[in-house]
Amino acid sequence: MIRFFQWMLLISLIVTSSLVNAVAANQDDTLEIAVALLQSKSFNEKVKAIEVLETNGGEQAKILLNALLDNRVFYIKKDKRLVVGGSQDKEYSVSDALTGEALGTLHRGQLQKITLNNKMRRQIRSALAVMNLRNPDAEKRLAAVNQMLDRPEEEQAQLLEPLLAQERNDRVRDAMQIVIALSNLSSDKPEQRMNAVTALEGNIHPAVRNGLSRLQRETRDPAAVKKIAQVLETIDHKLRLYSLLENLFFGLSLGSVLVLAAIGLAITFGVMGVINMAHGELIMIGAYTTYVIQLLMPEHIGVSVLIAIPAAFIVSGAVGIAIERGVIRFLYGRSLETLLATFGISLILQQTVRSIFSPLNRSVETPAWMSGSWEINSALSLTLNRLYIIAFALLVFAMLYLVLKKTSLGLQVRAVSQNRSMARAMGVRSQWVDAMTFGLGSGIAGVAGVALSQLTNVGPNLGQSYIIDSFMVVVFGGVGNLWGTLVSGLSLGVANKFLEPWSGAVLAKILVLVFIILFIQKRPRGLFPQKGRAAEG
Amino acid sequence: MSVFNPLKQDRGGQIFLAVLLLAMVLVPAFNLMLPEASPFHVSTYTVTLLGKYLAFALLAVAVDLAWGYLGILSLGHGAFFALGGYAMGMYLMRQIGERGVYGNPLLPDFMVFLNWDSLPWFWYGFDMFWFALLMVMLAPGLLAFVFGWFAFRSRVTGVYLSIITQALTYALMLAFFRNEMGFGGNNGLTDFKDIIGFNLQEDGTRIALFVATALMLGLGYIACRAIVVSRLGRVAVAIRDAEDRTRFVGYRVEYVKLAIFTFSAVLAGIAGALYVPQVGIINPGEFSPLNSIEIVIWVAVGGRATLYGAAAGAIMVNYGKSYFTAALPEVWLFALGALFVLVTLFLPKGVIGLLNRKRVET
Repeated sequence: MIRFFQWMLLISLIVTSSLVNAVAANQDDTLEIAVALLQSKSFNEKVKAIEVLETNGGEQAKILLNALLDNRVFYIKKDKRLVVGGSQDKEYSVSDALTGEALGTLHRGQLQKITLNNKMRRQIRSALAVMNLRNPDAEKRLAAVNQMLDRPEEEQAQLLEPLLAQERNDRVRDAMQIVIALSNLSSDKPEQRMNAVTALEGNIHPAVRNGLSRLQRETRDPAAVKKIAQVLETIDHKLRLYSLLENLFFGLSLGSVLVLAAIGLAITFGVMGVINMAHGELIMIGAYTTYVIQLLMPEHIGVSVLIAIPAAFIVSGAVGIAIERGVIRFLYGRSLETLLATFGISLILQQTVRSIFSPLNRSVETPAWMSGSWEINSALSLTLNRLYIIAFALLVFAMLYLVLKKTSLGLQVRAVSQNRSMARAMGVRSQWVDAMTFGLGSGIAGVAGVALSQLTNVGPNLGQSYIIDSFMVVVFGGVGNLWGTLVSGLSLGVANKFLEPWSGAVLAKILVLVFIILFIQKRPRGLFPQKGRAAEG
Repeated sequence: MSVFNPLKQDRGGQIFLAVLLLAMVLVPAFNLMLPEASPFHVSTYTVTLLGKYLAFALLAVAVDLAWGYLGILSLGHGAFFALGGYAMGMYLMRQIGERGVYGNPLLPDFMVFLNWDSLPWFWYGFDMFWFALLMVMLAPGLLAFVFGWFAFRSRVTGVYLSIITQALTYALMLAFFRNEMGFGGNNGLTDFKDIIGFNLQEDGTRIALFVATALMLGLGYIACRAIVVSRLGRVAVAIRDAEDRTRFVGYRVEYVKLAIFTFSAVLAGIAGALYVPQVGIINPGEFSPLNSIEIVIWVAVGGRATLYGAAAGAIMVNYGKSYFTAALPEVWLFALGALFVLVTLFLPKGVIGLLNRKRVET
């Protein structure tokens, strides 16, 4: 009698399934029915139970379905109460299947597992998918649709079509249409297949490409094959475009690292004419400053990077001024000797860092706001830290440019670099300007070190690996020209990344170096040579 | 004795060659004739170490010829040295024959390891000693010629030239690290067995190599000295001191530079070829820019534009390096760095300059 009553209720529920969803009061009742059905020995009744749970759509139903998939649903032998098990040991911490109320731990002997067959597992998966698709949160619905895109199955079209009619959110609708079209590719009717092909034009999801290629292999009709080939061509065209964009992004990010590393050198080498082989070590000092600051405030990684920027500027700048006052000022006009002396300084700095911090590499943590990536679509996603570094490089460049063009220090720097004795005659303290300029260039190197610490490990050899590249950037761009440094850094970075897929990373680097060596033969003064009197010197 | 004409005015060079000749006779004699217990006995290890220093000295003489007399500060001479070394290493590899780990009569071990089935074309001929010797000179010479041809004609000078020579050796280092290049990649060439039939591990071979190195250093010195006192050498000095003026007077500056730079590179290559059989290995690390810059500091420490000062500087710095890296490894880089700074600040003419000044004062 009770069984009959339950059946009646069930049938009425299925008939009014969409209503049930809206009427929250009924949810508990349907749960009870499902729980009762699940305890049956007949698989048919369990199938019904899953259908009931699907129409219920509540949180507890979801928990129950997931638990069923994991084989964690039992009934207690004594009182036939349905429970969800926790840990999979001999002892189960169980909770009531209806209410979620914790019931303490029970021994496995006291429990009877609810068994499933594979057909039911499939049914549960699709039920869960449908429940997610009905989620009131549009983002969750979109995620559920995209998940279906990753594992295309034939039934999805039937599943989604009724939902599509109700969907209000445009993005979710678009995604649903793609999934429907994708599953229609395997339809029996040729016309429906071709409509699906047309609908998928220009869609770059990998699943779409796979589906279309499969259809292309299986189709006999030449017109259809041609159409599919055409659609595939539009997809490939888009993919090529995106991979081009991605390469460009990687190139720009490498280029902005080069610009950051080289721009300090553009000041010391370009404006002052000092060959500073210790420039790489000033970068390294900046990176170690970031590391130390992070050690000092382990609770605030996110802020520490921001604090590290001025700190590294000051530390590296101070070291730079010390180098200028201690060594370089005795060697002005003897550039080859400067090169050797600063190389000696670089060795000393390296060994100092090695003695203090050990020769091992240290890793600097990336703050949360810099990690992750910006996913534009399935073919193109940009990592945030590289995006920030591009922006940072441009910012540093702009600041430096303003300092040189708009401040009185910048005016004096340019005056001294153009004609030292004339500038002195006009009352410029050239020694002070030298020290400040060198400090500025060194400080920028330190700031570059902060950026580099976010990309690679920090070690005593960090600077060495950038020094030759930095010189190449400055020489290629034209000595004494900040814009030249920017253009040459970015273009060398992009060139490197575009060569890489074709030749491999190392060969790309070699090719770029050889190109620069040849380029300097052709135009010894770089891309943007200085003109006028400043060029003689 | 026309060979010694260039040395007539060269007191320092005479002393240097005399010391070298003495070492060439005494070191083997002390090694072979005195018993091991004798305090004057020179162990075979020391003989090889001295041989290595002398190879470096020859390299320093080559750099000094270009830097001291022509004003070209090459930061890429390590590349020419390494190329000569690789040419010799390839000969030594081919001599291993079937005694390699894989026992392949034709292919060196690393090629078998990389599953190559035939010898790359550029390895042909290296089973013949004369061909290897030819390549020892030709490979660095050709590179220097081509590089110099472009660089000097387009008037790349001063620090720009230094930086692109550094880029050259850096690019070569990256290239030789690649396995696909066919020069043994990371590990380079090693496990040599014998040279023109003599076992490299035997004392006699090692002494012969030492004597050969000393001989080549002497000959190289005399050759450089001959260039320096010749008309070519005088034009070179003029170029060093006033390049534009020399050009206006009517000399073809680029040809003078090309000739001396190429000769210097060949000399560096020979030094590399003498170095490799004594240390038993050549790997891409020899191309590293740090090595090339170290060579320059040997010259600066000894005193540039003297030739014998460069050789003395190479021997002194390398002795210091051997001593420090064994006794106080932490201190070596500090010492080397301080050497760079102090020599450029206080000893612009190097140790030899210091000695000469004392002599003038007294």
